[in-house]
Amino acid sequence: MKTTDQPPEIFRSSARPSILEYIGLERINGPLLVVQGVKGASFDEQVEILVAKGPPRQGRVLSISEECAVIEVFEGTSGLSQVSTRVRFLGHPFELAVSREEVMGRVFDGLGQPLDGGPLLTKGARCDINGLPINPVARVYPEEFIQTGVSAIDGMNTLVRGQKLPIFSGSGLAHNELAAQIVRQARLLSDDQGFAVIFAAMGVRHDEAEGFRRSFEESGVLQNVAMFLNLADDPAVERLITPRVALTVAEHLAFEEGMHVLVLLTDMTNYCEALREVATSKGEVPSRKGYPGYLYSDLASIYERAGRLQNRPGSVTQIPILTMPDDDITHPIPDLTGYITEGQIVLDRSLAAKSVYPPVNVLPSLSRLMSDGIGPGRTREDHQDIANQLYAAYARAREAQRLAAIVGEEDISPIDKLYLRLAREFEARFLGQRPDENRTIRETLDLAWELVMLLPEQELSRLKPADIDSHGRGQTRAGAQVPWGEEDE
Amino acid sequence: MNNSRPQIQGGAPEALAEVTKVSGPVIKARPASLFVMNELVEVGEERLAGEVISLDGELATIQVYENTSGIGLGCSVHGLGLPLYVELGPGLIGRIFDGIQRPLQELCQQWGDFIHRGRSGAPLDREHLWTFSPLRSAGEQLSGGEILGEVAESPILTHRVLVPPEVEGRLERIVPPGDYTLDDLIARVSSATGHSHELKLFHRWPVRKIRPSRKRLLSADPLITGQRVIDTFFPLTKGGTAAIPGGFGTGKTITQHQLTKWTDADIIVYIGCGERGNEMTGVLTDLPRLLDPRSGRPLIERTILVANTSDMPVAAREASIYTGITIAEYYRDMGYDVALMADSTSRWAEALREISGRLEEMPAEEGFPAYLASRLAAFYERAGQVITLANNTGSVTLIGAVSPPGGDFSEPVTSHTKRFVQCFWALDKELASGRYFPAINYLQSYSGYSRQVEPWWRRRVGEGWLELRDRAMEILQEDAKLQNIVRLLGEEALPDDQKRIIEGARLLKDGFLQQSAFDEIDSYAGPEKQFFLLEIILHLFDRLAEVVAARIPLFRALELPAIWAIYRLKSTLKGDESAPFQALREQIDLEIDTLLRRHHESSF
Ligand SMILES: Nc1ncnc2c1ncn2[C@@H]1O[C@H](COP(=O)(O)OP(=O)(O)OP(=O)(O)O)[C@@H](O)[C@H]1O
Ligand SMILES: [Mg+2]
Repeated sequence: MKTTDQPPEIFRSSARPSILEYIGLERINGPLLVVQGVKGASFDEQVEILVAKGPPRQGRVLSISEECAVIEVFEGTSGLSQVSTRVRFLGHPFELAVSREEVMGRVFDGLGQPLDGGPLLTKGARCDINGLPINPVARVYPEEFIQTGVSAIDGMNTLVRGQKLPIFSGSGLAHNELAAQIVRQARLLSDDQGFAVIFAAMGVRHDEAEGFRRSFEESGVLQNVAMFLNLADDPAVERLITPRVALTVAEHLAFEEGMHVLVLLTDMTNYCEALREVATSKGEVPSRKGYPGYLYSDLASIYERAGRLQNRPGSVTQIPILTMPDDDITHPIPDLTGYITEGQIVLDRSLAAKSVYPPVNVLPSLSRLMSDGIGPGRTREDHQDIANQLYAAYARAREAQRLAAIVGEEDISPIDKLYLRLAREFEARFLGQRPDENRTIRETLDLAWELVMLLPEQELSRLKPADIDSHGRGQTRAGAQVPWGEEDE
Repeated sequence: MNNSRPQIQGGAPEALAEVTKVSGPVIKARPASLFVMNELVEVGEERLAGEVISLDGELATIQVYENTSGIGLGCSVHGLGLPLYVELGPGLIGRIFDGIQRPLQELCQQWGDFIHRGRSGAPLDREHLWTFSPLRSAGEQLSGGEILGEVAESPILTHRVLVPPEVEGRLERIVPPGDYTLDDLIARVSSATGHSHELKLFHRWPVRKIRPSRKRLLSADPLITGQRVIDTFFPLTKGGTAAIPGGFGTGKTITQHQLTKWTDADIIVYIGCGERGNEMTGVLTDLPRLLDPRSGRPLIERTILVANTSDMPVAAREASIYTGITIAEYYRDMGYDVALMADSTSRWAEALREISGRLEEMPAEEGFPAYLASRLAAFYERAGQVITLANNTGSVTLIGAVSPPGGDFSEPVTSHTKRFVQCFWALDKELASGRYFPAINYLQSYSGYSRQVEPWWRRRVGEGWLELRDRAMEILQEDAKLQNIVRLLGEEALPDDQKRIIEGARLLKDGFLQQSAFDEIDSYAGPEKQFFLLEIILHLFDRLAEVVAARIPLFRALELPAIWAIYRLKSTLKGDESAPFQALREQIDLEIDTLLRRHHESSF
């Protein structure tokens, strides 16, 4: 047993020079390198891999023991030599120098290297891209309504500043259009404190990324956007870094520069697949569908980097996009995402088949922060009730649709027929809107009233009689041009 | 360094072990001989907190409660000579701690908005002066768990200062009434073996060890939650156990928040285990504003929060459950009824899985370690109503949320939990997506306590509670069978006597079971209101039988204004008085009688 004379107050870290370099690899396995006998390196440290031909590659330490260090290489290991590869341990975790002036209006790769011919990021404080957990005491509960101009969202799944609200989509559905429409129309953008959009692409196609860029350009916000692009043909492991780089920038802009930042992360499914690839190479015991058991914690370390803080003016709002494999909402990726985020907007193939845009299925969709973001002084006093009523009615209407499909539309009860009509109008007029149609919250709520008033009053148990008088009947009256005004008590 | 964790006494030069492996939150250190199992350790320069979880040959395995980024080979590991413990004393109420009881408010004040590694602080305020009134005098014989004196911890809570459970002997000295800090010595006890114990207003207790009590009781006192579907249909007892399983967004957290606000427990311990930061912030913002209907004081004055959000280190998530329950047991030992919410026990189980995976243990189902079931059992075993060591009655009620992957209840955490709890409040995705809340599926849920709490209800609201409940349940079950036909043929296809069942069930579902957490009046319903509401619904149901028997088309009765009044009762009547129900009952009788009479007249 080794004892020392040091008093317990003295604690040691592993003393070492700031940069360590090793040559030669013990093993190469998928995206992983194993270097033997490394002394002094530490967990999560950033490494540079120097190869004979080509630019240096980036990586980080996944585990370290007396026998070896295991390193994941973001650019992949293809072309690496077991003998001549040199590995430099940089003495710190993966860091990024962030400043507002150097990132706004720029395009970077998935690791934060310029793609636009502009300068490297060098100014500003160097931040660990993993971020730090936010003390819940320091948070402010998000409750500022963001008008997106999309009825399915504003009326029934309201977005608020500092929320993380993902879009659950399926391959080929209109998630990109919807996300672009939200960015264009969100009232958050008109704020005088300055706004920023951070766009992080993980494994998306060139044309999709280009579509976003053009949409930002057309709406004249390009100088407020920073794009971090890991495209479909870029190395998969790099995707593990991209959202973290993007969120490090977002946090800086929000909490140091006081800006309202909207972060789009697309496509989180590709991110999760990269994580699975690394976990499999490490030989870890998988949990569901081959994904590692820590997928929840890993996703949380991304999604929780959103919100508002006391005494700091800015906010980080996240709209992650993911495609559900086989449209299956119980697949681990949407499932674990739903367990972390503050709701979800679910797109539905059957609505898309009826040419409804945006094809939002409101029933499985949810905004958990809605109840605090709406109501008198924020949207309107009747908002919660009318949304609840519309939900209940549409849920019942779907039942009626199902029944009508079995027994035929003629043979259902008169009340079910009314519900059928409501479902049709709801899908066509409330959900359905043009990609450039920007509805105010008043328009959205009035439309909701118009729809529920298709039903007899006994069916409207979620509504207050007084609200029916002022919003519901008020509407029919106005619509019918009947001079009944003097009836008002 | 800024660390107020205690140093071991004795002053002998300490040997340090060295890190030999780092893999996420798990490290190994050599030599193992310096540690004992479950010892608290500090790692590296930043003195990251950790706990020894296995000793094998030369090597100790340690789970580290903070992010291990930057820890490398050769970093020092220093044992503190104590197991993972919590500090128990006045000053817990109204505070929020992380999974290893670091005070988050102080951390925020001192270090800012983010949680940095290696930054700690004393769990309990050392400067605050508490007014202590001794209840025992020098010369008396004391045993563990007895009450030494009292401190007013909040305007509504008397904190009973307890003799630590393992201390026993003659009270040699006790301070006079007055103001003391936590560090002041307030008493000395000498044991039969001549050992002398200096007592303070607080003591420490290892979190993984159950606090002892004299005797377990079979509780017959319901824990009233103000939630109709729970209290009336699936009641919980003080000292009972309940699980709330459900897929994402089905209402686990809101249900637990509702219970935190409205249950008639004396103390609430709320553990946010691996869940959202904003939800903890929500509780922290709401509770100081909401008043306890019984005491009229802000609810935060009876609440203690433990927060290990999903972005905080995973090992501390594992510990948070134990930190919370030890605090709960401590207040139980003062003779209080404590309700503990754990949101979510699945995240805790996943923390176990993650650590176990790093240890390269042999996994059982879905990668969970084989000891998952026994850990869950041991957790729920810490619930109960007991006679305390000081001969009072106290209880810990455990309510755990379960987050099954894909909402599938056959997965390991849900299915094991089911074996260890008496109440199972199954949340339903379908109900939640129709915004039918609380989305508790009454066909899948159950409570093993309904018979036990019946005498309480009889004393409180009079005869017939259980019969009423059982009848309502029957209607709901019959309705469920009929719904299979309705789904295929529509409601129109049913004869009127069956339509009546459907209508009765609709009244129960919409007028009774459904309860909005966000409606000011409906958010809480006292036992009387629950009973009267159920009674009037079943009364109407009985009267509808007469309508059907008289061959009056049911839809004519369904147009009666009294029915619409019933639907709105839950959100229009605030109090517990019976008069409005009596009035409505008379209205129902009048309207139905009129209907029957007119029909009778017209058919002759
Ligand atoms: N009793 C209730 N009254 C009204 N609304 C409710 C109620 N319960 C749940 N909700 C609604 O459902 C949403 C989701 O509830 P909650 O956050 O409790 O789900 P959860 O089961 O905890 O989900 P997760 O597992 O993802 O944390 C809430 O934001 C709220 O809109
Ligand atoms: Mg929850």
